[in-house]
Amino acid sequence: MKTNLKAVLTGTHTLSGNEAFIEGAFAAGCRFLAAYPIMPAIETIERYLKRSAEVGATFIQMEDEISALAAVIGASWTGKKSMTVTSGPGFSNMMEHLGLGVMLETPCVIVDVQQSGPSLGIPTRAGQGDMMQARWGSHGDYEVITLSPSSPQEMFDFTIKAFNFSEKYRTPVIIMSDEYVAHKKEKVIIPRADEIKITPRRYFKGQKDKYLPFKRDKDFVPRMVDIGDGYKFHVTGLTHDDKGYPIMLEECQEYNVHPILWKIRNDTEKIIEFQEIGTKDAEIVIVYYGATSGAASKAIKQARDLGIKVGSLKLDTVWPFPDKKITELAEKVKAFVVPEINYGQIVSEVERCSYGNANVVFVSHGENGIDNTEDIVSAIKLALNEEKIKKGIIEYQSQTGRV
Amino acid sequence: MEPLRKTEKDIHPMDDLLRMDRIPHIWCPGCGIGTAVTAFAAGLAKAEIDLTKTCIVSGIGCTGRVAGYVKLDSFHTTHGRAIAFATGIQVANPDLKVIVFSGDGDLISIGGNHFIHAARRNINMLVICVNNFIYAMTGGQVAPTTPLATYATTSPFGCVEPPFNIPYLADSSGAVYVARWTALHVRRLTNSIAEALKKPGFSVIEVISPCAMYYSRINRLGDGLDMMKFYHDNTEIRHGEDTKNLDIGFQTKIIVGKFVDRERPTYMDSYNKWLSGTKKD
Amino acid sequence: MKANPRDVNTGTYYMDGDVAAGHGALAAGCRFIGGYPITPSTEAAETFARIAPKAGAVFIQMEDELGSIASVMGASWSGVKTMTITSGPGYSLMMEIIGLGAMIEAPFVILNIQRGGPSTGVPTKTGQADMMQSRWGSHGDYEIIAISPDSPQELFDYTIKAFNLSEKYRCPVMIMSDECVGHMSEKVVIPPAEEIEIEPRRFYNGPKEKYLPFKPDQDLVPKMVKAGDGYNLYITGLVHDERGYPITNQKEKGKRQQFPTRRLVDKIRLNADKIIELNEEGMDDAEVVVVSYGISYRVAIRGIEKAREKGIKVGNLRLITVWPFPDKKITELASKVKAFVVPEINYGQIVFEVERCSHGQANVVLIPHGGAGVHNPDDIAEAIEYAVKEKKKIRKVIEWKTRLEKFVFEGGYKLNK
Repeated sequence: MKTNLKAVLTGTHTLSGNEAFIEGAFAAGCRFLAAYPIMPAIETIERYLKRSAEVGATFIQMEDEISALAAVIGASWTGKKSMTVTSGPGFSNMMEHLGLGVMLETPCVIVDVQQSGPSLGIPTRAGQGDMMQARWGSHGDYEVITLSPSSPQEMFDFTIKAFNFSEKYRTPVIIMSDEYVAHKKEKVIIPRADEIKITPRRYFKGQKDKYLPFKRDKDFVPRMVDIGDGYKFHVTGLTHDDKGYPIMLEECQEYNVHPILWKIRNDTEKIIEFQEIGTKDAEIVIVYYGATSGAASKAIKQARDLGIKVGSLKLDTVWPFPDKKITELAEKVKAFVVPEINYGQIVSEVERCSYGNANVVFVSHGENGIDNTEDIVSAIKLALNEEKIKKGIIEYQSQTGRV
Repeated sequence: MEPLRKTEKDIHPMDDLLRMDRIPHIWCPGCGIGTAVTAFAAGLAKAEIDLTKTCIVSGIGCTGRVAGYVKLDSFHTTHGRAIAFATGIQVANPDLKVIVFSGDGDLISIGGNHFIHAARRNINMLVICVNNFIYAMTGGQVAPTTPLATYATTSPFGCVEPPFNIPYLADSSGAVYVARWTALHVRRLTNSIAEALKKPGFSVIEVISPCAMYYSRINRLGDGLDMMKFYHDNTEIRHGEDTKNLDIGFQTKIIVGKFVDRERPTYMDSYNKWLSGTKKD
Repeated sequence: MKANPRDVNTGTYYMDGDVAAGHGALAAGCRFIGGYPITPSTEAAETFARIAPKAGAVFIQMEDELGSIASVMGASWSGVKTMTITSGPGYSLMMEIIGLGAMIEAPFVILNIQRGGPSTGVPTKTGQADMMQSRWGSHGDYEIIAISPDSPQELFDYTIKAFNLSEKYRCPVMIMSDECVGHMSEKVVIPPAEEIEIEPRRFYNGPKEKYLPFKPDQDLVPKMVKAGDGYNLYITGLVHDERGYPITNQKEKGKRQQFPTRRLVDKIRLNADKIIELNEEGMDDAEVVVVSYGISYRVAIRGIEKAREKGIKVGNLRLITVWPFPDKKITELASKVKAFVVPEINYGQIVFEVERCSHGQANVVLIPHGGAGVHNPDDIAEAIEYAVKEKKKIRKVIEWKTRLEKFVFEGGYKLNK
């Protein structure tokens, strides 16, 4: 399926991450945005409104973030590709409806432009403190797909990918951007519309009275129809059977929820993407994602200049986590170095998957924020000099130390 | 002669509008929600609208289960968010008529913010709010509509909070159609629903309903039938009454009728006007 | 400090877990609960509403869960011990303000009677699938304490402990119970007030002009004052300095200082050993250790018995505090045993923590359960048996295929008869 021409701004542009996101969304076929204004995601709404008339897309500013995601889920069932944008505090408010989106198996995209948290934190400063929240923030069991772009170009590309994943797996997909990527202006190349691959919605095409909204295909993904097409279907956030009718039984819970996890867990190989550079002969591998990419790449270069064999693994999809890749690397390398703008989130996943075969050195959110190249280089040296394998994460202490 | 389809008692004129495969429903004997659903189904038939382009959204609670029994595209969503969910449906596809069918706790307490904002925006939807003065699904807690001094499990010494007057709230927030009936006024309620279904904009119909299991048991008001008798003796129809005067106290007189029927541009009217303006630039 | 006799309804009762938690809260000195009705936690709120007035405490039913938790936050800074009561969906709504609580270091307790999820799920039946959410549900970095009681008596006892921990560390404390424990009726002994130890609030006693609301003591926890005592407090959810004033640039005044939110995680991480409470049994010669919490622990006991009848040496580790996670204990055990078996009523949450801390030294077997019921002890016994026999080191969590899963997906189970 190809996209409408007006929606794709083919050419080379200078765009911020937030703007590139909107262009990506339009190119992917998104036509509905419900949001509530929040720093530092606000520019997305402005860009959307600027372009919405020519694209033919709808926007509504809702009264809070809770209703924004509720409206997005409602809109998605009318057949429009829908999304919402927010930042940490708004993302926290969306947690209940993230669960509803999972339970109703509704394709939608959520962008979290992360700021420094918790609570109001520092709205104008980048953070990566919501990574675990994206995976675990709503109650009950579910799986999500989470992408982490590190530049405006990736923001554009990943947004299209996110919409495609959401349609393919009928699940909410989260893009974990951050203040740094959102406000960074860079060259963004937007390809021709016919070069952009779009996954169409998986519609049901059988007899009207035979439609079951939660009857799963072989890959556990059910098919959708639009409201108003005469199917008279029912869906509910309660545990339900194929018809979408609630059944309050242990067996139904198993029947309903386990496949929701399987549709992602059994397909991780196809979902997970990462960029692996120089890991073949590496002693140390830096695992990073999103905003830390800049500092990490610089640090890798500096360390290589010093003659240290450093490889890098940049996570494009953070969830599902590339367990196998890390386990495989752990057997070959001496240590992982994980820089994050938080106090330890993805690093514990790296620790989990390394099975005691490699040390894990964590470079936390220091006083320099994202410009912590020096800290990363020192952490690489620390990792190199550590002979024994330690049980537990080794935290690199920046010069300032603890309070 | 046309043969009987099954037996005569199996057939009901509303079978086409209800999900008969889900009957029996979950409501207790003496509850008024079933009556409200019957009136709604009759109203749907009477309004003669395109049912394919009509959908229903409910929140959580006893009334929240209504969506599951009505044979339209139906959504049972999260607590308090039915109106927000319906807003998304309506704005993304303005051809659809959305009905939000939920309870007082769901719409006025946890969903109170969405209620006033959707009314302010004049989103094209019909909100049917069944008011039984209590949270019945969770076992009889105090609700935003519980009259002063009324007992509930979380107000064991009598409710100390003044209740919301739902028509007044809807009116002052900008709703274009506001009516109130009880579960006893089936015919008038049906007509009201049929009328409101054709009205563009944010319409609200409050349906006062007995809760025989909790509200009347905790307050010793008898069973469902006693409550219906009470409505019979203590309701007064006053069309066009100022919504300010519609407070309900504990077992006081209930004023019913159609209070507001006015014209305002809907959200989509204003939106399209704005959109056509920007296109010209 | 001892509990106030006015708050303690001493005696021996037959009550369910929710009711016991309501009594526990009052006994701990709770003076304010803001709640919103949600199955299956409502009985706790109803109990508190009934017994609170004679002890001078307040119950308010707020308009939603956002309102509940926000009111609790305010009440906490007005100087009283506070709690809110909820279940999964309400808990999800509270996420933003839990972050605020962590940031402004308000002591408060959340009672979460978990039910089957996600979304509305199975409101009337059990689940344990909010465990990771309790740790990670709000945005940004913070740490919390989570306790998982397994009986009505424990819901009484550990509610008191939860209040004590929240006052001591000035952080959110979650009681992560579940519907089974909440609705289970058992004997509950409420001891006399003089036997109940309660932690008073850490009030500041120095000169007014010297008070800094976020200046930490040795153990990284600052002292509190009440609103209305003339300190002219400024409390914000923005990142703030010791005065409580927002800072947007941490290099302010050229002073090199650690980013202030660091302390929010350190005060729990560095005190973890003091907080963690575990219950272990049969560890000495164990080949396999069953790690469980809450209602799963009580089911696991039967599974362990069955395995022991077959001569298998099984240890039993119960997490009473689930967060902070007992990293050291698991790592230490991992070097001694062959495998861990983790039964939990979810599709894998705490099991990943066990996997992380075992550092590849022991296999990890998950016995999942989607909720709306508890495990079959036979599944647990069989998984133990398998774990003992497995010679290979398996580099992933081994997901045990339960009887329920086989029945539903392979056994020809029909949902709509």
